[in-house]
Amino acid sequence: MISLAGRDILHSWGKFVFTGIGLGLLIGVTLVMAGVYRGMVDDGKALLDNSGADLWVVQKDTLGPYAESSSLNDDIYRGVLAMPGVLGAANVTYLTMQVRKGTQDVRTMVVGIAPGKIGITPGWPPYLVAGRQMTRGHYEAVADIASGFALGERIQIRRNTFTVVGLTRRMVSSSGDPMVFVALKDAQEAQFLKDNDAIWQSRRRTEANPAFNRPSVPGLLDAVIASQSSNAFVNAVLVTLEPGHSADEVAESVRRWKRLTVYTRAEMEEILIGKLIATSSKQIAMFLVILAVVSAAIVAFIIYTLTMDKIREIAVLKLIGTRNRIIASMILQQALALGVIGFVVGKITAAFAAPLFPKYVLLTSTDTITGFVAVLLICVLSSLVAIRMALKVDPAEAIGG
Amino acid sequence: MRGKGILIEGLKKRYGTGDTAVDALKGVDMQVAPGEVVGLIGPSGSGKSTLLKCLGAVIDPTAGRMTLGEDIIFDNGWKVRDLRALRRDKIGFVFQAPYLIPFLDVIDNVALLPMLAGVPNTEARQHALDLLVALDVQHRSKAMPSQLSGGEQQRVAIARGLVNRPPVILADEPTAPLDSERAMAVIRILNDMARKYETAIIVVTHDEKIIPTFKRIYHIRDGVTFEEAGEGRAF
Repeated sequence: MISLAGRDILHSWGKFVFTGIGLGLLIGVTLVMAGVYRGMVDDGKALLDNSGADLWVVQKDTLGPYAESSSLNDDIYRGVLAMPGVLGAANVTYLTMQVRKGTQDVRTMVVGIAPGKIGITPGWPPYLVAGRQMTRGHYEAVADIASGFALGERIQIRRNTFTVVGLTRRMVSSSGDPMVFVALKDAQEAQFLKDNDAIWQSRRRTEANPAFNRPSVPGLLDAVIASQSSNAFVNAVLVTLEPGHSADEVAESVRRWKRLTVYTRAEMEEILIGKLIATSSKQIAMFLVILAVVSAAIVAFIIYTLTMDKIREIAVLKLIGTRNRIIASMILQQALALGVIGFVVGKITAAFAAPLFPKYVLLTSTDTITGFVAVLLICVLSSLVAIRMALKVDPAEAIGG
Repeated sequence: MRGKGILIEGLKKRYGTGDTAVDALKGVDMQVAPGEVVGLIGPSGSGKSTLLKCLGAVIDPTAGRMTLGEDIIFDNGWKVRDLRALRRDKIGFVFQAPYLIPFLDVIDNVALLPMLAGVPNTEARQHALDLLVALDVQHRSKAMPSQLSGGEQQRVAIARGLVNRPPVILADEPTAPLDSERAMAVIRILNDMARKYETAIIVVTHDEKIIPTFKRIYHIRDGVTFEEAGEGRAF
């Protein structure tokens, strides 16, 4: 038996191809939307992976340092380092801000990393794609390549100028902002040090305060002013564990003895994916539902129109003895063919469009397979209206009168 | 001889019920022998189409008896379970417009019916080609319907009607869209095919040009048929 659907498609291939392209662009947008969500999740996981930490010690009762602000004294890491099972502990600061390059602003996450060695001190970028790691205590930076910064370029972070000495890749915040790594002291200054006018006004206020400005206690005023302009805070302490120690046990120990909040890798992932990007993922899910409904409506309309165009032929086919099964199969096969054409176009569109997006778009094979199955399912459901109409056609319509 | 051709006795068809009921056929009697072509003529609303639909097993007669070939197919109720298979295997249709399937080429338009009946594609196409040769359109076998002239399309439609060797062909105004020369050619073909394949053919027509060619004519008026001897003029 010949394929009626195949012959019809070959006969009016232009209509199918152009309709398929239109549908494909819609499917492409749907795949990219799914890719945006996957990218956000992957950005979150990359952030955790690249920190090199097993535990995150943060301010008590906060979801810091990524989902909420967190502030810890910068000497807490010493106590943490002394806990059983802890291999390494290092201060870290995170600050999302505009970094100035010439006349341009680039939105980045500035990460302050403690002095140490890559692979041992958590927080350092684990690999570079160009240049070198920071070797000086001040005014050097390693930037993610997505920031657009080049080696040797000078960038402005708050009041200081930094030289980009290394470039890394896939080091982004959970929002997709590229990271710029600088020395911890520089990052603390960028985060906590006020501008000159504010410092000057603060000093004046302190000098005017008789509690601090006591002639009978020489040096008190200078000590108070010095303490006000020092930056003794970090956002979190990153902890690595000795082999053979459970993250949960060490975390529980830090919580108990240091009275701080500690998150394991699994808990931090839950915070990033379950809380930080939860609203965005719901938003994307809504878009996906709308796009699926629109796709279904388009396929249904197209298949319905194509079937309506053939209503007389269908009546003739039924009159000359064609079984309903063959007619239904013809319409269903055409809907599926349209879906396959649309999906191929959509997949190609998504693959070419994804790198053009400013944020990371991750197209996974799981999403591709799920999308393909969903498209076929939508096509099957969409063809039901046309099939029902075709099966209701009275073969007597082929005979005049 | 292939059985009795078409035999219709006291065929009735009523549409609706109660006060609104309309008797479209009030007891039609007809007989068409195998190899014979008869005309069925009547004004609009006389019941031609209803009779054709009853014969074509697409609507249910109310009462009466119909025999196609050797088989009684209706005797105050259908005697065959699968009317679709009955239409496919026992009845050929030729319409006013050819209604060829636009996305199939000529040979597959004709071969489709045997393929639907389960005949292998190669065999069905060979069978179709034989008919196209008989109808002198074999040179267009690979053409699409849209590439054929009106006369060629109608010949292909006749080939499709004949391809399953049905004992009966119902032709509904087959010459309406054709000029005199082509109309006469179609009637000649129908007569040739009727003789060659011993098929009983009923031609419903208004076409004054072809009426004189029938040896027997059935007039239908107000749901009743009257038989009349035709001129049987040579083509």
